[in-house]
Amino acid sequence: MVTLELILQVLAAAIATACFSLLFGVPPRYAPFSGLIGGSGWLFYLLFAGITTATIATFLSTCCVILMSRWFAVFKRCPVTIFLIAGIIPLVPGASTYWAAYYIVSGKLPLASYKGFEALKLAVAIVLGIVFVFEIPEKFFHIGLKKRRPKTIKEEI
Amino acid sequence: MTPDIQEREILLLALQAGQILLENGAEIFRVEETVYRICRHYGLHTASVFVLSNGIFLTSGDEKEPEFAKVLFIPVNHANLSRVAEVNQLSRQIEAGAYTLSEARKELDRIQSMPELPYRFQILASGISAACFCYMFKGAWQDSVCSFFIGILLYLYILYVGPHFSKMVRNILGSAWIMLLSIFFFKMQLGLHLESMMIGGIIIMVPGVAFTNGIRDMADEDYIAGSVRMLDAILVFFCIALGAGFTLAVYQELTGGMLLW
Repeated sequence: MVTLELILQVLAAAIATACFSLLFGVPPRYAPFSGLIGGSGWLFYLLFAGITTATIATFLSTCCVILMSRWFAVFKRCPVTIFLIAGIIPLVPGASTYWAAYYIVSGKLPLASYKGFEALKLAVAIVLGIVFVFEIPEKFFHIGLKKRRPKTIKEEI
Repeated sequence: MTPDIQEREILLLALQAGQILLENGAEIFRVEETVYRICRHYGLHTASVFVLSNGIFLTSGDEKEPEFAKVLFIPVNHANLSRVAEVNQLSRQIEAGAYTLSEARKELDRIQSMPELPYRFQILASGISAACFCYMFKGAWQDSVCSFFIGILLYLYILYVGPHFSKMVRNILGSAWIMLLSIFFFKMQLGLHLESMMIGGIIIMVPGVAFTNGIRDMADEDYIAGSVRMLDAILVFFCIALGAGFTLAVYQELTGGMLLW
């Protein structure tokens, strides 16, 4: 299943996410990690999309993106927002929203509501991914990391 | 320093840290946590803070500690996450005891005036990510090249023209601008797929910070701030769709409904 096309897609996602993260002020030293997360998120999306529906694929890859973001946040000791926002961008239903608007202005209401509903489903999948993965206790993300901080400082999530 | 002034300083310090966090796109609970931690570390235990998406309300005082109250209005701003990261780092170091009050104040001033990435790099980053997003959404390499220029021209608009308009108009005109450019490239037969080119540009405008933070605030049960941010994100989505759709409709009207020729 690994083809040149897939590799190029994932590479494009990684570069896109890294550059995009610079636009809202992610420190350049963290941009490569954003790219890594965005690229992996897109890889998971493409793999899952082959075997299941777009909604479930979006949900699963959102979960992967957030798991990675949280792990990197603990590893690099910085707010998770830094990795999360750029990493999730490839999954945001921009295309469906655009098509919905397009069909509305061209008067094709059934198609518009179909696309609009699709965008809504994808957005809900992202919301569920975010809500559930943030329930995982912080301790989980310290597995495999050396203890290097005093106990009194509460870890960032 | 008399105790009164000392306490005032602590609260002002905490408030400034909260302000920087909030205006640069931190979550509500992070703002609250940081304010409490700073207050607690410098020995102020009665502080009480209430954070909305665009305001911080801070009070303190009881029989032992002096009364203090301050409300700070914080307009929604362009997020700069490196400031969030820096304040976060600072609050850890404050807790570890590395900063006195005045040093911390100086450090916050430095963070507040930290320069953004130079415009030319931002513009270049916008172009590159538009090109890559275009490729991800089924664009051919010619489309990506066009999207690169769309990204650059879009960011020039965002940096130099956009700030003169209100937020809604800015987003509608921005996506109309993307659509116009895409139609232009498509008509010149430089790009092959209209929708891939334009999605590359559109994603640059997607309100990622508002959307993600809105969800996370709601998940933390900060419903007021969360719904304001969500509304902000939905409004921007809607404006983007409206601008692009409207431009396309006008264009089709002018050319008699034939786009693909």
